[in-house]
Amino acid sequence: MKKSVFLGTLAATTVLTGAAFAGTLDDVKARGELICGANPGLTGFAAPDANGVYQGFDASLCKAIAAAVLGDPNKVKFVPLTSETRFTALASGEVDVLIRNSTWTYSRDHDLKLDFVAVNYYDGQGFMVKKDLGVSSAKELDGATVCIQTGTTTELNLADFFKQNNSTYTPVTVADDAEAQRNYLAGTCDAFTTDASGLAASRSSFPDPENHIILPEIISKEPLGPVVRHGDNQWGDVVRWTFNALLIAEEKGITKANLAEVEASTTDPEVKRLLGLEGDFGVMAGLDNAAFKNAILANGNYGEIFEANIGASTPIGLARGLNALWTQGGLQYAAPFR
Amino acid sequence: MPDTAFVRSEMLPQQAPPITERGAVKWLRENLFSSPFNTVLTLIGLAVVFFLAQAALPWLMNSVWNATSLKECREIVWASAGPEATGACWALIRERWHQFLFGFYPADLYWRPVLALGLLLISLAPVLYYGLRKASVTLVGTVAALTLIALAMLDHDPTHLVIFALGLGGLTATAWVAPKRLLVLTVIYPLLGFWLLWGGSVWAPVGVAIGFALLVAVYLATKSYLGVVVATGAGFVVAAIWWLAVQTSVTTGLEAAMPLGMQAITSDQFGGFLLAFVIGVTAIGASLPIGILLALGRQSDMLLIKTLCVGFIEFVRGVPLITVLFTATLLLGYFLPPQTNFDVVLRVIILVTFFSAAYLAEVIRGGLAALPKGQYEAADALGLDYWQAQRLIVMPQALKVSIPGIVSTFIGLFKDTTLVAFVGLMDPLKGVTTIVRADTAWKGIYWEPYIFVGAIFFAVCFGMSRYSMYLEQKLKTDHR
Repeated sequence: MKKSVFLGTLAATTVLTGAAFAGTLDDVKARGELICGANPGLTGFAAPDANGVYQGFDASLCKAIAAAVLGDPNKVKFVPLTSETRFTALASGEVDVLIRNSTWTYSRDHDLKLDFVAVNYYDGQGFMVKKDLGVSSAKELDGATVCIQTGTTTELNLADFFKQNNSTYTPVTVADDAEAQRNYLAGTCDAFTTDASGLAASRSSFPDPENHIILPEIISKEPLGPVVRHGDNQWGDVVRWTFNALLIAEEKGITKANLAEVEASTTDPEVKRLLGLEGDFGVMAGLDNAAFKNAILANGNYGEIFEANIGASTPIGLARGLNALWTQGGLQYAAPFR
Repeated sequence: MPDTAFVRSEMLPQQAPPITERGAVKWLRENLFSSPFNTVLTLIGLAVVFFLAQAALPWLMNSVWNATSLKECREIVWASAGPEATGACWALIRERWHQFLFGFYPADLYWRPVLALGLLLISLAPVLYYGLRKASVTLVGTVAALTLIALAMLDHDPTHLVIFALGLGGLTATAWVAPKRLLVLTVIYPLLGFWLLWGGSVWAPVGVAIGFALLVAVYLATKSYLGVVVATGAGFVVAAIWWLAVQTSVTTGLEAAMPLGMQAITSDQFGGFLLAFVIGVTAIGASLPIGILLALGRQSDMLLIKTLCVGFIEFVRGVPLITVLFTATLLLGYFLPPQTNFDVVLRVIILVTFFSAAYLAEVIRGGLAALPKGQYEAADALGLDYWQAQRLIVMPQALKVSIPGIVSTFIGLFKDTTLVAFVGLMDPLKGVTTIVRADTAWKGIYWEPYIFVGAIFFAVCFGMSRYSMYLEQKLKTDHR
């Protein structure tokens, strides 16, 4: 009896909450602030700086969305989420959008009732080893000890990879990235595995980065992207097209610096539509016509965001790789803006 | 007749004890090498100390305080101590100390948490050293001076400093003239501290205070005919009506008529030790009375009260704190109506309070059980009613017995505040350390933040522990 009342209440609140989430866009506008679920500590992707302001590749996308919806990239509140709390926080409406290096998977789409609306970073799991180990391919790691974080998909990928290659390994499970680095440097394990972007960031922090190599094999697909709740398509479209606008801006060579100039001189109809000079494209999405212009002005186009936070000029020094535009051999491809 | 050849006419001068029976050698023999087994243990101990020092000392001696990144730290160490040398990089603490202490609290408002902490310690003086003028004045004076120095370092406006100096000086003078008067500060501190930390309109805490005033007024007015329990209940009902139905309209009215307040700070800006102290102190302060009531309820003859208390205590003790925290942050999000903004720090404080109250209840029950039956009977023989007996006879003795257990629970609770990291709050140990390590400049740093945070935790917990020993000494009335 008690249980059924409990479940009934749960169901009722779920229905209520579901109904109230129908218009995240309107909620955000009414609130005057975007609430973005973020990782509080992932080098290059999202972390507060010394002044407590979130910076990074993922954080910049949050700011761009805030600029598109509210016209001001600073009208965003970052909610730090752990990997355990992130999806619940999104589902319960605590955050409007989750941009926390979350991998798009089948079960997250269906089971958790979430929508991955874009892929802002194509990542994959890799290995790092010390140079003097004399290994040049992950397939030669038979019998190695491998440092790995517990409770992540990386653990499962690792098991699959070694099984496929009929080789064995000894896992050394650690709680977080800092522990993994420490164990790897202390020689507790021969290889350190995590997402390739994380490996690059770790390597850059070592006292002797030149003595460590990241092996060429990428053993998993980790498409990371912004997540919204299932069933709120208008809001999902806003997030998706804000991201697309940043891609198109890079494709068309529009940067934060030259935007005003392009706006004045462009003859390209797609650019005109994107910047809100022609047609009512912003209004179509329930936004202002200058929305996507504001999004680009927030932190620049996709390429600029990449370069500023994780690109070759930063200590992390990631190459564009899969994240190059489709015109340059990468996977970043935005649907046409028309 | 000299029939004796020799008679000693004076005493021999005293000789020094043999070398093995005096000074350092004696101490060493007695304390370190008194038996073969102890000798072995001593040698092993020395070896351990030696290896620890060998590992840690060069690292500590090579400490770097001025640098802007871990890389720069390493270069400085390599330049001074040769390549491959390692050194502690305290420059991280120098650069990010404010995040370890205050989280994301706005930098120009740091004086508010500092003042709140100073006033907290001052308002604790009459509780810790009730009626002891010298101890109270020492504590209040020291805290006031330190707070003032900290405030002077944060805020250079002389008029502000004069105001702070006058206020803190006034409190010290009060401690000197009438130490018990400081209890007034203790009573209003919860609301004052809340207002200092969170800011906002002054009328909100005033409204809450009016509710408590109503509670006390109703209790005092009806106690003589309704009895303690019913009078308290009636007071609660009246106060609840005020808080839920009346307060908002009155405070908004007052705010409109007389806007008075300061910049509001939201809970997500709290972090580091500020967060640990807010959660720890509030939960410690609130869990003691709740724990006492639960312990008494558990011993009650009334079936309903007893069952409820036992159920609560056993349920809470059977659930890990992490589960409670996840409930506070995640599950409540589903149950509460959407868009309710029930402050997450407040949720965590409430559940942590309940959690430690259940443990305290059992500790205090241990104290109650230690009292001989004669004490209860003596109270009855004196004609005291239940509450008088508890207040005057039972509780003072039971609490005295339970002091070590209570303080242990408090210390455990304070350290457990770091667990809030798992629900995304910025605790000093994991939360702030993670964000600091995520900075490309500091990524790869390991021991330094842990040592810094651990040292502060140690100081606070050691202080609590020493105070509890002092209190045990002071209250020792037996003649064992």
